[in-house]
Amino acid sequence: MKYIELAVGAILVYNFVLSRFLGICPFLGVSKRISTALGMSGAVITVMTLASAITSAISRYLLVLKFEGKVYDLRFLQVLLFILVIAALVQIIEISLQKLSPKLYQALGIYLPLITTNCAVLGAATINANVGRSVLDATLFGCFSGIGFALALVLFASLRERLDLAAPPRACAGIPLALVTAGILAMAFIGFSGLC
Amino acid sequence: MSTIVLVSVIVMGSLGLLLGLVIGFFAKIFKVETDSRVDLVAELLPGANCGGCGKAGCADFAKSVVSGENPPGKCPVSSAEQINAIAMALGIDAGGGFKKRAVVRCGGDIHQVARKINYNGVLDCASASLIAGGPKGCRYGCIGMGSCAAVCPFGAIELVNNLALVHPEICVGCGKCVSACPRGVIQLVPIESTVHVYCNSPEKGPEKRKNCKVSCLGCRKCEKTAPEKFKVEGFLAHVQYDAPVLPTEEDVEAVKCPTGALLTAARHKEIETNDPEFSVNE
Repeated sequence: MKYIELAVGAILVYNFVLSRFLGICPFLGVSKRISTALGMSGAVITVMTLASAITSAISRYLLVLKFEGKVYDLRFLQVLLFILVIAALVQIIEISLQKLSPKLYQALGIYLPLITTNCAVLGAATINANVGRSVLDATLFGCFSGIGFALALVLFASLRERLDLAAPPRACAGIPLALVTAGILAMAFIGFSGLC
Repeated sequence: MSTIVLVSVIVMGSLGLLLGLVIGFFAKIFKVETDSRVDLVAELLPGANCGGCGKAGCADFAKSVVSGENPPGKCPVSSAEQINAIAMALGIDAGGGFKKRAVVRCGGDIHQVARKINYNGVLDCASASLIAGGPKGCRYGCIGMGSCAAVCPFGAIELVNNLALVHPEICVGCGKCVSACPRGVIQLVPIESTVHVYCNSPEKGPEKRKNCKVSCLGCRKCEKTAPEKFKVEGFLAHVQYDAPVLPTEEDVEAVKCPTGALLTAARHKEIETNDPEFSVNE
């Protein structure tokens, strides 16, 4: 029951993109086509899950050190450490992807390195640390948040693909229309609030 | 106080070292062999990432040049020397025939085309075309407010008798005017082509005739004379720019276009600049 609540909360109610407004850059950047949106979603789910696991382990076992009877509180290093770990993780994924799946690597292009500074990933890590979740809970939360991001991205990409076929006024075409669509999509997700 | 500084330095330092080693390890086992020629070509390209070649950017184009998919000459930005340098470096043919020039496919200047309304609004083609389709009778031709001339970074477009005229010797074929024109009258054509159909209206012949004296009536005279060079689609003739042989002045003389919509670029310019009252009917 607890995990269902965690899943519904992370995917629908507190959706990272549409409720918390984190990770807007790839949300607008990679949502032109469903195929690239799916690739990006896969990358974000992977990075978020791994980053949540590692950062929660760090925040639980490394940030408050007990050594020879003394307690060293290093929580002021939290953001710095998280960024370092996420950056290294993205780097490793990028290197592996270039070898294992060059097609996906090319499709993701600049957006994979951009996950480094994607606030959704850091946001998941920080929320986990603030709530004080266990490593397992945090990993699941990261995974569900990634799925929530993927859901928003794929929904938005399919909307934009259809909008490409429409003939809006010239001043609205492209990004303005995409932003309006994103706003309406976010309003739809407000309907889930209060669910858990 | 000093111990906490020491501890944080040790923690951050060791974590950084550990992550660095892991990344180094991954870079070693997942090493990807890249073609050094790709980097060489990418260095010789302008690096503008304009996408004019049809590829995602200069790096992508470099890859396609090395693989033989595209000749270096397909880069619209590089000068002839730069393209030759790339071809020399790879020992391949530079390739050409990709340079383009803009042409305004309309001969409807102020004397040829009927005036429908008196337009007193903003002197901008997009605004004018929104208000009852602009001052001219033809809904498909050049509006003549010079939006294309305003966006041209090279000053290659001149307005003569309310008609935009591209000077081919100045034009570099960047295509800025093509997107500025609300009517889509301007087209990029191969630099070698000298003959164009100066009409863009798909309407039926008699309808066009009411509005414009120099419109293409779709009589198929050109298509019958040289079927491999001209093609009539609907009621509008098109020059086949991708045909192996482009039409020349002789073809124009052989066709004897009844309205004068089919012209060489030189003759068109002469008509517009020197003889504004010209009309084949008079």
